Amino acid sequence: MFRIVNSTGADLARMLKGGVIMDVVTAKQAKIAEAAGACAVMALERVPSDIRAQGGVARMSDPSLIEEIQKAVSIPVMAKIRIGHTAEARILEVLKVDFIDESEVLTPADPFHHVEKKQFKIPFVCGATNLGEALRRIAEGACMIRTKGEAGTGNVVEAVRHLKLINGEIVALKSMKTAQLKAYAHEERVPLDLVESVRKAQRLPVVTFVAGGIATPADAALLMELGAEGVFVGSGIFKSKDPKRMANAIVQATTHYKDPVKVTEVSRGLGGAMAGLEVAGLQVRMQERGL
Amino acid sequence: MIVGVLAFQGDFSEHIAVLHSMHVPAIEVRSLSDLSKVGALIIPGGESTVIAKFLEETEVGKEIIKRIQRGSTDPQPLFVYGTCAGAIVLSKKVTGKNAPRSLGIIDITIDRNAYGTQLESFETEIRVKGISGKIPVSFIRAPKITRVGKDVEILAEHGGIPVLVRQGRVLVGTFHPEVRADARVHQLFLEMTRV
Repeated sequence: MFRIVNSTGADLARMLKGGVIMDVVTAKQAKIAEAAGACAVMALERVPSDIRAQGGVARMSDPSLIEEIQKAVSIPVMAKIRIGHTAEARILEVLKVDFIDESEVLTPADPFHHVEKKQFKIPFVCGATNLGEALRRIAEGACMIRTKGEAGTGNVVEAVRHLKLINGEIVALKSMKTAQLKAYAHEERVPLDLVESVRKAQRLPVVTFVAGGIATPADAALLMELGAEGVFVGSGIFKSKDPKRMANAIVQATTHYKDPVKVTEVSRGLGGAMAGLEVAGLQVRMQERGL
Repeated sequence: MIVGVLAFQGDFSEHIAVLHSMHVPAIEVRSLSDLSKVGALIIPGGESTVIAKFLEETEVGKEIIKRIQRGSTDPQPLFVYGTCAGAIVLSKKVTGKNAPRSLGIIDITIDRNAYGTQLESFETEIRVKGISGKIPVSFIRAPKITRVGKDVEILAEHGGIPVLVRQGRVLVGTFHPEVRADARVHQLFLEMTRV
């Protein structure tokens, strides 16, 4: 039977459920996020929309910046590393961040492998576009999965696509015979016992959030309605007109997603979400990194 | 009696799953109207800053205080069990960085994130007064109870520190039994409501 090695890491992910994890690039933004009701903050050098606009290689943040953010807030602090960059992960372990995001938003460091996450006590969250990808990351030791979506676009369509694909493929496992299940596990390069446990539980063995393109309270409510267990918001908050209000509104919509009157109330007069991008016109599709 | 699980944020679905395994009717509580339907309330683990913010904004916090203060004179006397973040928001005094405003319905002082970051989170087994055998639990970025008032009973300790305490209708634990799907502490809580 498949077992999550880092059980306390998977437990921390459970404590984040129903919450909003916000990208922040300064201690000041981290404080705004905490006051608005973020359940964790993600420390990074540049928000995804800036990485997209400015180009260049995106890397883990400066350790001093991460420390400033840790000093500023009391909620969990996450930070991003490049896909496969074990040395960046070691640095974040020294800094004692609470969660590491091995993220396609940064420029991948290893074209072959992701970080072997089981050797770390700090839990990892990884992105996925479909079930096979999610299972590969879990087999490597990820304690939490998030959709990749298409970061920095303010366009929610890819996050919806990935969540629906993951959920749909989990349902499809039910009708597979043993031989088909074996073939699926082989094709996706994942352990059979993991596939079997997902088939039986009809869910991933770790908490599943959505990320990539969430820009409004209604976006958050939509994805919660589709079964997401919580929300990451990247550029959507600090690239909006009024970050304090937008942060609070997305937190409210994530908790009260079943109550359209509440979602309506918090959606009023936000002064404009971030400018969005059509996915078809993108030069870089971050979701295609590290499959 | 219906048991409510406060569902603003955190691992409320794990608590609901434990209650369902015991065949206890359970609902998610996000509003005053939800709260009015329940005779017992569990406040789950999560981020205490987030849960405290929603308790205040929805006025659910005020109503919990009111019903606990009324005690048995309340038309539907309320019992409350808080785990981890839930323990923090129920405490009389909270210490530590950016401490949230708490409801103050159990006479203890609690130090938030006292063990440290996630690197200091751990799993263990604890013994609880009145429960036979050991209970598998996890402590996740857990707080420490640093003072207990004279009317507070200590039901479990770990490393010499109280980790499960009770005062009247309020039960507070700094650990998570729900993530290991163990129902015995929930059983103890439900027994409190029957005496």
